[in-house]
Amino acid sequence: MKYLTRLRVRRTYEWRGEAVGFNRKLKTLEFRSLAIGGEGVPQTAVSSGQHILIEGEDHDNPFVARVERLFEDESGRQKKATVQWFVRVSEVPPSKLKLLGREPHPQEIFFYDGRSCDDEVDVESILRPVEVRHLDADAPFPAPEDGGPLYVKFCWDSRTFRPLDPSLFESAPPRPPQPSLPLGAPGPAHAATPTSRGPGRRALPTPDPAVLRRAASGDVHLSRTAASAGKPAESAHSLTKLSVSKSLSARRTGTQLGVRKKLQLCDAAPTGSQDGPNVPSGAEPMVALTDDVLDQLLESTGSLARRLASPPRTASLAHSLTPLRRTDGGRGPGSSSRTSTSRAQEASQDSPTDPVGAAPRSSKRRSALKVSSRIRQQLNLLDVREDLSSDPDEEDEFVPSKKELQSSEEEEEEEDDEGVVVKKNRSSSSAGSGSPSSKRNRSSARTPRKTPRKVGPRTPRHATPSIPNRAQPTRRPANVLEEARTRLHVSSVPESLPCREQEFQDIYSFVESKILDGTGGCMYISGVPGTGKTATVHEVMRCLQHAAAADEIPAFLFVEINGMKMTDPHQAYVQILQKLTGQKATADHAAALLEKRFSSPALRKETTVLLVDELDLLWTRKQNVMYNLFDWPTRRHARLVVLTIANTMDLPERIMINRVASRLGLTRMSFQPYTFKQLQQIITSRLNKVKAFEEDALQLVSRKVAALSGDARRCLDICRRATEICEHSAADPSAAGLVGMVHVMEALNEMFSSAYITAIKCASTQEQLFLRAVIAEFRRLGLEEATFQQVLVQHQALCRVEGLQPVSVSEGLAVCRRLGACRLLLLEPSRLGVLQRIRLNVSQDDVLFALKAD
Amino acid sequence: MSKRKAKEAHLPIGECIDQVHLILRKRFCHQQLPDKLEGVEAQHKHLVELLKRTAVHGESNSVLIVGPRGAGKTTLLRSVLRELSEVTEVQKNLLQVHLNGLLQTDDRIALKEITRQLHLENVVGDRVFGSFAENLAFLLDALKKGDRSSSRPVLFVLDEFDLFAHHKNQTLLYNLFDVSQSAQAPIAVVGLTCRLDVLELLEKRVKSRFSHRQIHLLSSLTFPQYVARVQTQLSLPDDFPDGKFVREWNAAVATLCEDKSVEDVLRRHFNSSKDFRSLHMLLMLCLSRVSVAKPVITPADLLDASRSCLADAQANMLHGLSILELCLIIAMKHLNDVYEGEPFNLQMVHNEFKKFLQRKSNSMYNFEQPVIMKAFEHLQQLELIQPADSSSAKTQREYQLMRLMLDHSQIMEALQKYPQCPTDLKQWATSAFA
Repeated sequence: MKYLTRLRVRRTYEWRGEAVGFNRKLKTLEFRSLAIGGEGVPQTAVSSGQHILIEGEDHDNPFVARVERLFEDESGRQKKATVQWFVRVSEVPPSKLKLLGREPHPQEIFFYDGRSCDDEVDVESILRPVEVRHLDADAPFPAPEDGGPLYVKFCWDSRTFRPLDPSLFESAPPRPPQPSLPLGAPGPAHAATPTSRGPGRRALPTPDPAVLRRAASGDVHLSRTAASAGKPAESAHSLTKLSVSKSLSARRTGTQLGVRKKLQLCDAAPTGSQDGPNVPSGAEPMVALTDDVLDQLLESTGSLARRLASPPRTASLAHSLTPLRRTDGGRGPGSSSRTSTSRAQEASQDSPTDPVGAAPRSSKRRSALKVSSRIRQQLNLLDVREDLSSDPDEEDEFVPSKKELQSSEEEEEEEDDEGVVVKKNRSSSSAGSGSPSSKRNRSSARTPRKTPRKVGPRTPRHATPSIPNRAQPTRRPANVLEEARTRLHVSSVPESLPCREQEFQDIYSFVESKILDGTGGCMYISGVPGTGKTATVHEVMRCLQHAAAADEIPAFLFVEINGMKMTDPHQAYVQILQKLTGQKATADHAAALLEKRFSSPALRKETTVLLVDELDLLWTRKQNVMYNLFDWPTRRHARLVVLTIANTMDLPERIMINRVASRLGLTRMSFQPYTFKQLQQIITSRLNKVKAFEEDALQLVSRKVAALSGDARRCLDICRRATEICEHSAADPSAAGLVGMVHVMEALNEMFSSAYITAIKCASTQEQLFLRAVIAEFRRLGLEEATFQQVLVQHQALCRVEGLQPVSVSEGLAVCRRLGACRLLLLEPSRLGVLQRIRLNVSQDDVLFALKAD
Repeated sequence: MSKRKAKEAHLPIGECIDQVHLILRKRFCHQQLPDKLEGVEAQHKHLVELLKRTAVHGESNSVLIVGPRGAGKTTLLRSVLRELSEVTEVQKNLLQVHLNGLLQTDDRIALKEITRQLHLENVVGDRVFGSFAENLAFLLDALKKGDRSSSRPVLFVLDEFDLFAHHKNQTLLYNLFDVSQSAQAPIAVVGLTCRLDVLELLEKRVKSRFSHRQIHLLSSLTFPQYVARVQTQLSLPDDFPDGKFVREWNAAVATLCEDKSVEDVLRRHFNSSKDFRSLHMLLMLCLSRVSVAKPVITPADLLDASRSCLADAQANMLHGLSILELCLIIAMKHLNDVYEGEPFNLQMVHNEFKKFLQRKSNSMYNFEQPVIMKAFEHLQQLELIQPADSSSAKTQREYQLMRLMLDHSQIMEALQKYPQCPTDLKQWATSAFA
């Protein structure tokens, strides 16, 4: 399934060496490195900290990532890895690429600092190691070469590019595919980890596995921050930790090896038991680490020296997404002491670069504050009682501490901070559990900010042209009637959708439940035009996106296609793909890519909500487009919700073959035409206290429309026309009063009355005579059809009766064709001349009525 | 050409006649809009207001102008646009796209044309020539990016609107109306059509998005108004260089319109149709007879013009036929009478013709079979007879079923006017047994 499209060599994946650790809580065995072999493939080894290519949708550009941790679940079946993602140029929405301010280098990649993707992958998806080099923001790129190393300059957080702190990516020196050792300090921390430092120290020919491990653990921290919801807050956080560790490191140098191992073993058990129940499956590895977080944070600043010195240990860390708080109070001091060795060695190198980092830090702090407040909101929402009191405080205290750090690097201050941190940790842990925090962290990590990123910028693919801007501004509505007209225009988005509360609720809960469960499903919505189907779905999506932004539900992607807005049913694939990924492809290729996307247990998983408007237009003879649309949601890993809209209620039964209809399922909803009360309510709510209509007039309009079609658009259009008539009828436009019955009646007449009778009345004498001749001939024949020749005889006779000169054949034909052009008559093709058959397009009674009244 | 010669001989009068031709031809050939439209003031106002709101307030609208051919739909729209172009606010803002259902026969061509007329191709370089799907997505993106207050309003004029409704899925109409009903770039869609049932052509979802505004151009013109219009159409404007000539010309036109025979001719035309176009055709024929030698329009001119306007083209064609062909036509007429319009073949016609010859025992019409066959084919080429059904092409030519495309009155009329028509032929035409 996963390897559909390419002929590939079979790879084998085996652990190298014994398991280095066992996480009891998660029941995972951790390994140091992984051997990838297979016929025709050189044996390669992947170990933590190394950059790798991961198989993705695009074979030419596989995903790039850095291994953080390699582990296997207890059963030994699933080999997995946690990774820190990098994004390629092609993965960044083109609109955002502009922010870069230059042409991206073809081999440029960006450190992915967003949180919206899953960082756990199957090792089977690892293709091979790759070389990734870090470049300074202003350093020139080497000439592009095929298959050469990839370059990292910036960090991409799905909104902006920031220069990548080398501490995040400690692999600047060009190095063989072996490990790029990430230092893993979060952005703001780069005061402590100077850019200059990296190259010299890390020019290691073959790193010790221990180093790799360490690198990985540092990296883990990184990925965590990158993925965390309150990214800036997080970094502020870690900053403090850094300072703490630094201060400590000055004094303490100890042997960490034993301590750490011991700690891990004993910590894991209690937290695990607490965490377990709260954490949805799949998230376990993340949770495992809550207690280990402090270590990681501290370690992340670790220098090369420390890494070399430090003993091998299990990086049980991996991907707890937002380790904002640690729960283990007892471990605080211990862990800091662990890192202190490296700290001491580092201190001298770190300090000089501090000023460099000062500028970016301040900006980050602002966002940190913002995020901290958001986290507080989340906390409230998530109903985590234990930590409620302590968390905000904690945040508050961290922020000032960072300030202090910025202003000076004196150890005393840092020590103070440390005290605070430790105390906090203790208090939270004493509160009793690590689970709430981890749970909260996770949810916060996944949700916010994703929706805007995906929905907005992903859509535009190429430089979309636009209608040029106006030379002169639009005029504002000058009086009540104009104001009313603006409000009544169908395009004006109402504050709410009245009269569709029930439907709204149904669709909302359907989609919400699917998003919450991470499952997929289909829904079919039918209703005659103008009953608010699309508007309601859009409203639902708006609400859900708000909810996602407020972290009430996981974030999701919303994609909309319209059968009428494409030239061919197969274009649906192209449009969906383009809106999902920004890629452009032919229909067949797009179908293959989408198929793969929805069927592989892929990376970046979030629910996709697909709205298919005007479904019936996607009908093809083999119905494969509809089949696919409804089949994808049933796939295990798809997480796709498909909402389909069409006019006919029994569309599934009428046009779909069984296998398609069966997949569509029975979740149906039908929008009834509006009743007159509802229409009235719609107008009133749109007018929203703008007094422009008489009550009776409104009622007349809504009753009339409800009786005919129940189409809200029609209703609004009539009201709009009535305001115009009212305005014109008044002598002075500004003095026009309310729209009354007269005006509404006139508008209704204009829009509903058929023009046939007027047209007959206004026709010329010969045309009228011809119509009369047609009826006479019909009566004579007893048929509703006659040839021109027959009618002409009648016509000439009538002319004589009326005292007119009889028409010639060509004159009569001209008359006949004029009537045919207006469609008062239906004619055969005119090349048949006098033999063409004639039918009436209006009823005989109408014709006689029109002619009699004349 | 006589005019040109005259111009050299009598310069002033020649100059004047030249000017008359220039002015009136402009008027009749629709190059020049009348200063003011008569009889459609309400419609004019409605349309002006509507388009002004789009241009000035950015309100999207859609409207159909419906009226019979030659009723002045395009003239109305053009005069409205002319009026609007005098408002600077409109002039600077409004973008116009003119499409014609006869030219843009499918959505692909229409989209290309829209992109071209909106000058969007500059923005995208070679993208205009992308696939149909890309073009559509491209245009929709462009329109979607705009909003009510900031982007320039676009006026879409769809001439022969009914033909757009025959495009596949009505994609273009759906999208245009959808844009006009949603908060995107403000657009006004104006459709021109002569079909009264145009709304029935629209698919229901397209119809729902259309605002249902229709402006009907149905003239309730009376005969005196018609005559008055003829007079104004022929009269020269006051700013004509030669004052004396204008006075003489206008006086002549006034007397012309009062003439009894002229009135009869005009009434006949009025009864037949009230539209501008047929009137202009008539007046154009009169105008072409005006020369220096005859610097006025006489009633005789009008009668001649009327006659050539109303002439029956098919009957005229009969005048050029040979006697044999005429005989065959008459034989067909009798067959039609006998078999009540059932189709016939060459053999039947030939037999009927032979019966006539036997009765007459006159060798003058004795023709060989191949000659008759040739005459028959000639009639078919002139489309005076047509095969009854196209599928019978396989059958032998003698037995192919044909239908006569002429009415009996046309045949009789042609025989009356046929130069030196043999008397026995005329008799045979009136009665099969003569």
